[in-house]
Amino acid sequence: MAAKSNSLWKYTLIRLRRNYLAIFGFVVLLILIFVAIFAEQVAPFGYAEQDYMMIRKPPSEAHLLGTDEFGRDILSRLIFGSRVSLQVGLVAVSISLFAGGAIGAIAGYYGGRIDNILMRIMDVQLAIPTILLAIVISAALGPGLFNLMVAVGITSIPRFARLMRASVLSIKGMEFIEAARAMGASHTRIILMYILPNCMAPLIVQSTLSVANAILFAATLSFLGLGIQPPFPEWGGMLSAARPYLRNSAYMSIFPGLAIMITILALNFLGDGLRDALDPKQKR
Amino acid sequence: MLKYVIRRILQLIPVFLSVMVIIFTILYFTPGDPARIALGQEVTQEAIDAFRAEQGLDDPYIVQLGRYLYKAIFQGDLGYSYVMKSSVSSELANRIPTTIKLAFWSVVFSTLVGIPMGVISAIKQYSLLDSFVTLITLLGVSMPTFWFGLLVILAFSVHLGWFPSMGFSTVSEMVLPILTLSGSSIAIIARITRSSMLEVIRSDYIRTARAKGQKERVVIFRHALPNAMIPIMTIIGMQFGMLLGGSIITEAIFSISGVGRLMLEAINMRDYPIIQGGVLFISIAFSLINLVVDILYAFVDPRIHVK
Repeated sequence: MAAKSNSLWKYTLIRLRRNYLAIFGFVVLLILIFVAIFAEQVAPFGYAEQDYMMIRKPPSEAHLLGTDEFGRDILSRLIFGSRVSLQVGLVAVSISLFAGGAIGAIAGYYGGRIDNILMRIMDVQLAIPTILLAIVISAALGPGLFNLMVAVGITSIPRFARLMRASVLSIKGMEFIEAARAMGASHTRIILMYILPNCMAPLIVQSTLSVANAILFAATLSFLGLGIQPPFPEWGGMLSAARPYLRNSAYMSIFPGLAIMITILALNFLGDGLRDALDPKQKR
Repeated sequence: MLKYVIRRILQLIPVFLSVMVIIFTILYFTPGDPARIALGQEVTQEAIDAFRAEQGLDDPYIVQLGRYLYKAIFQGDLGYSYVMKSSVSSELANRIPTTIKLAFWSVVFSTLVGIPMGVISAIKQYSLLDSFVTLITLLGVSMPTFWFGLLVILAFSVHLGWFPSMGFSTVSEMVLPILTLSGSSIAIIARITRSSMLEVIRSDYIRTARAKGQKERVVIFRHALPNAMIPIMTIIGMQFGMLLGGSIITEAIFSISGVGRLMLEAINMRDYPIIQGGVLFISIAFSLINLVVDILYAFVDPRIHVK
């Protein structure tokens, strides 16, 4: 088992290395994570540091990306904002991965009535457009980082549940599962030790792409005033605050959007690359 | 065929019921007293109590839910907006045409732009044009709608001054919102069209069509494109739903008084009946569009047997 998964990862890595876009995405992501962790050291100013002599000044040597309506350095705010985006992305996707994965695994493994009930619930959730559901849930929970993560996380549960169910169904009937059962393994053990490792590939791809989606949703909710509250910087919230100054200080709107776009682009590159690398259909 | 359609419509009923239950439940447990929202902060406790009793807000959860469902289903009464002082149905009825107009024209526009982009990109695979289209679609998928909207306003309204940045009543006012809402859909439709076309172009019957000396244009448009349509149609149907949801953002940016902006205002005012009604409307529209797409499959592709 260990040897097999080792070679899978090695193979994936080799294939991934040939994909320049995926590498680009990976590098951008590493930089972002680094910047988020060491924000205090990297950022030239504090995120709430106001300078009333420097209100809405375009990019200059002192403030590389300019200053906002309170004279705060936009670059520093973007750097601190990366913390929020990455946290929301990771935590929200973990929520949907665990909840959706569990639901899908149970539905696929046990089948029958449980399967029917769980998947119908997922269908109902899918009948509500995701962004709408995220808006309603975050409006109900109120503002705040944790609530934002929950709201975004709940919305992609059905996607993971369906994916997990499909993988479990395709693996459940295989002989090594039967062998495990014959050896007296419990249902939980079979799901966690035998089925789950074999469903990893699609889950990893979906998770990577979902992080991009989660970051986008979080920014959208903050833009609509439902996410992180000021003064803490969030990219979507910064854009929303910059809107009234679009006419005269366009840079205030351009840079936060660029930050969101580059992050999402990087995640999409990496996700697509992983899909190509992990997809057994493409193996020669 | 008719049987299939009827069965599919009947299947939607439990879905709609569940959507109503879910949204009602989420908002029921949301902190905030509807009586205070309706009457304002400076009223006596007696007035609040009287209002709560009159509106049945003191009844247990299950009674309130039952009443909401009963009124919605048998009387078409989606409740009363305490803030707007009018019925939810009439507020929605005022706003729905605008939102549908916005979503519909955006779907039309993104289809008309997205499919040709994908087809050209697939025919000229690995050419400069293909790379260009791929780049555009990648950017389009990764760009947040609200940012794209601001850029569009910046370029076409602030700098060039071609179109107004507010409203949705005249044709020139409609251009920028439609462009904004279509942005990511164009990218998604172009992407799917390209990959679907590439798959079809490699198939045997396309080689046969070429081998018999058929004109390339006929090969592409008569033989390849119709066969590539199924995944494209699925995506277009899904986009329609996404656009109805996404119209919230576009309506907020361009100050369009559609369902999306109504809901956003309702969320800020904690006007729950409006939120319930809005979500219900968009979910019903979303499900019906998906149903129509499913039925259309059978017409486009006779191989899909309707059981």
